[in-house]
Amino acid sequence: MTSKRSLRTVLRPVRMAWRRLTAMRTALILLFLLAVAAVPGSLLPQRPLNPVKTADYIKAHGAWGRFLDSIGMYDVFGSVWFAAIYLLLFVSLVGCLVPRIRVHARALRRKPLPAPRNLDRLPESGRFETATPPATYAAAARGALGRRWRVEQRTEESGATTLSAEKGYSRETGNLIFHIALLASLILIAVGRLYTYEGQLIVKQGSGFCNAVYQYDSWHPGRLAAEGKVHPAPFCIDRLDKFTASYTDEGAPSTFRADVTYRRNVNAPQQTASITVNHPLRLEGDRVYLLSHGYAPTITVHMPDGSVRHDTEVFVPSDAATLLSEGAFSLDGPQFGKDAGTQDIGISGLFAPTPVDEGNGKIGSASPQPNRPELSIFVYQGDLTGSGLPHSVYSIDTSEMTKIGAANLRVGQTKQLANGVSVTFDGWVPWASLQISHDPAQGYLLIAALAMVLGLLASLGVRRRRVWLRLSPSAPGDTGSPTVVSVGGLARSDSGNFSAEFAEVLERLAAAGPPVNEAYGSTLHITRDDPIGAGKD
Amino acid sequence: MTGIDGSAAHLSDGLFTTAIAVYALAMVGYTAEYAFGRVARKPAEAAEPAEAPARELVGAGGPSPSEPPFASAPGAISSSKPPGRMQSDRLAARIGRWSVLLTVLGALIHGGSIAVRAIAVDAVPWSNMYEFASVAGLVGIVAFLGVLWKLPTLRHLGGFVLLPVILMMFLAGTVLYSRAQPLVPALQSYWLAIHVTLVSIAEGALMTSAVLTVLYLMRARQDRTPFRSERLGNLAAKLPAAETLDKAAYRVVAFAFPLYTIAVICGAIWAEAAWGRYWGWDPKETWAFIVWVVYAGYLHARATAGWKGRAAAWINLAGFGAITFNFLIVNIVVSGLHSYAGLS
Repeated sequence: MTSKRSLRTVLRPVRMAWRRLTAMRTALILLFLLAVAAVPGSLLPQRPLNPVKTADYIKAHGAWGRFLDSIGMYDVFGSVWFAAIYLLLFVSLVGCLVPRIRVHARALRRKPLPAPRNLDRLPESGRFETATPPATYAAAARGALGRRWRVEQRTEESGATTLSAEKGYSRETGNLIFHIALLASLILIAVGRLYTYEGQLIVKQGSGFCNAVYQYDSWHPGRLAAEGKVHPAPFCIDRLDKFTASYTDEGAPSTFRADVTYRRNVNAPQQTASITVNHPLRLEGDRVYLLSHGYAPTITVHMPDGSVRHDTEVFVPSDAATLLSEGAFSLDGPQFGKDAGTQDIGISGLFAPTPVDEGNGKIGSASPQPNRPELSIFVYQGDLTGSGLPHSVYSIDTSEMTKIGAANLRVGQTKQLANGVSVTFDGWVPWASLQISHDPAQGYLLIAALAMVLGLLASLGVRRRRVWLRLSPSAPGDTGSPTVVSVGGLARSDSGNFSAEFAEVLERLAAAGPPVNEAYGSTLHITRDDPIGAGKD
Repeated sequence: MTGIDGSAAHLSDGLFTTAIAVYALAMVGYTAEYAFGRVARKPAEAAEPAEAPARELVGAGGPSPSEPPFASAPGAISSSKPPGRMQSDRLAARIGRWSVLLTVLGALIHGGSIAVRAIAVDAVPWSNMYEFASVAGLVGIVAFLGVLWKLPTLRHLGGFVLLPVILMMFLAGTVLYSRAQPLVPALQSYWLAIHVTLVSIAEGALMTSAVLTVLYLMRARQDRTPFRSERLGNLAAKLPAAETLDKAAYRVVAFAFPLYTIAVICGAIWAEAAWGRYWGWDPKETWAFIVWVVYAGYLHARATAGWKGRAAAWINLAGFGAITFNFLIVNIVVSGLHSYAGLS
């Protein structure tokens, strides 16, 4: 007994907290917190979107920048507090939905409520007389209301027949579907985040790859992919056959297209496809996107030891608008013997698709379209290992090297340098940067999103209405006397114009029974009560 | 994708300017009706039994917006008014009807400007801020005409809707203007037509709702504690009943919110095809999320005791504030993937 009571005392605050959490008021506040919490995510640089910009921002703002970092302001949508808000909202939603589903399931099975005593006290009401007896009229009224109304006929103690009619049940059904689909969407997003991965790589025209993590230049796995539990689909893009960029007369880009030869898996036959900006290649649950493009110049180098080397390297655009690109060639000389570490050739360079002379031997680019492109190079000799510190693959470490010359070359031109070294600019090929993405949940998410829309349309568009009719003989006992029909209506949702709707229903109901015989000295006459404050819908 | 039809683009600009001028004229007319018409005030005093049949007829039949909505009422009013008053009432009503006609004319010219621009760029003409503002403005006007169709008693409020539209169009034509240009590859998708059309319809409608909400707040304030300023008080007293305004504002949101939801989903489908993920918290996406959450809050607030009425109205305005921020600040100041403003 005591233990039961103490249990109740312990549980009381829990129950109170639960009740508070699932109250609409709390849900509203959480919704607003969610909206407000999202704001910094759009105004501050976000690490997952742009790590470089984030680092710059922190550096520029000193202690304030580091403080913002410590409270997760640079990864708002991955932060603990953002998660806390939406998880609370999630719980609140579940707590709100479960009882509502139960109530609605009961409402769906229950018959429409009995008529209130005074129908003329309802927001909408009216009355008319009909010549048919109550029983006959009741059947006619059911027909007049139509199938959309759920109708229940009752007989009151006074002997009057009542009809209770109700429609618009799908409003709450839609409302529940919307919220359930919303919960399902959140779960599917979370599942997708576990299984997802995203890899990016650069492919030169003429080369290809088979899909595997080690091929990617960068790789963003979800948790399970990071643990090695999700493997990239084993397809191969055997060859980037051709990359095409076309431009308008004014120089604005008009199309980017990558034509590829691929296999769905290692043993499948080869197929061809075009990947464009809005049309990824969808393969085995993965999608291959075309992200960006650039140029890879080819050179021939006569090395100090007399050997001849060919090399094509990806140059990275330093200006996205003109595709003026930077890159480097690393050509190792002998690794052993007396010449080791003295005969490596390193070349850093600029590639200008449409070169313009900016003076002092500097070149710029006027357009991303290749028009007699130029390669501007600095050539170094020495030890490419340099200081041994890591550096970008698109640059060289010249700390252990000596500059032996510089040149601006057009295609086919050669520059003679010291020690028998010469560099020839042979030409260039375009490259395309591709992204491979995987999210097994997104198809289901789309279905959930469509269910949300359907639920929303029903919950905002369907009108919930109740109408009651009371049929009583105008002179009790006289079977031939006309029937007085009083009608009352109630709008259970505030969409639409219920006044007009009710007037229309009233007219339909009056037309369902023949009007009172001329002999009684009256014709069809509908009275519409419009009490103060009613009919404002 | 070839170049641009220069003469068509020029014609489009001319029509755009003409539309602004016609709207401005209509706005003057609405304001005149609002200021001088006593008739317009009639429905504001609400809910007399005498007026009920007129309203009923309106709700069921839906007369054309240019028909005098108060045609059945003057008999009841004239008894209490001096004849001179009557004449100015008639004049005001006539001006009001002409204003609606002008608004329709302006909308047609405006629509023509957008259509010609479409021909000029050979694509749907809403790929930058100028074009989007123009389309959203037209939607706002059409939404107002739609509201007028259902609730003709709101006619004299036309100025309140036209003013923000004219301001926005002026801003679009000057600050946000960009030359007709072909679409960049990222925008070459049929989703542009679907996604952006839905967004502009939804946001245009939400703007109308925001205007109705401001009027509701004014009227509700006047009912509670009359404005100290006589001018504001007169202005507010002439408005329709607070409840009518509140309900009209809600109905517009109930129409626009599902559209906005569909628009965001279409955006996500497009983003999946274009950017490799359906959602990436790009600033524009983030603000679309914020707008959605705020209007969801509005719909819930209207059904929650203690939040109904004024609190909900402020949430509606917060939602429109978020839309405005998303349109102006996010496009111009914040950089992201949705950087198609066309301003350099």
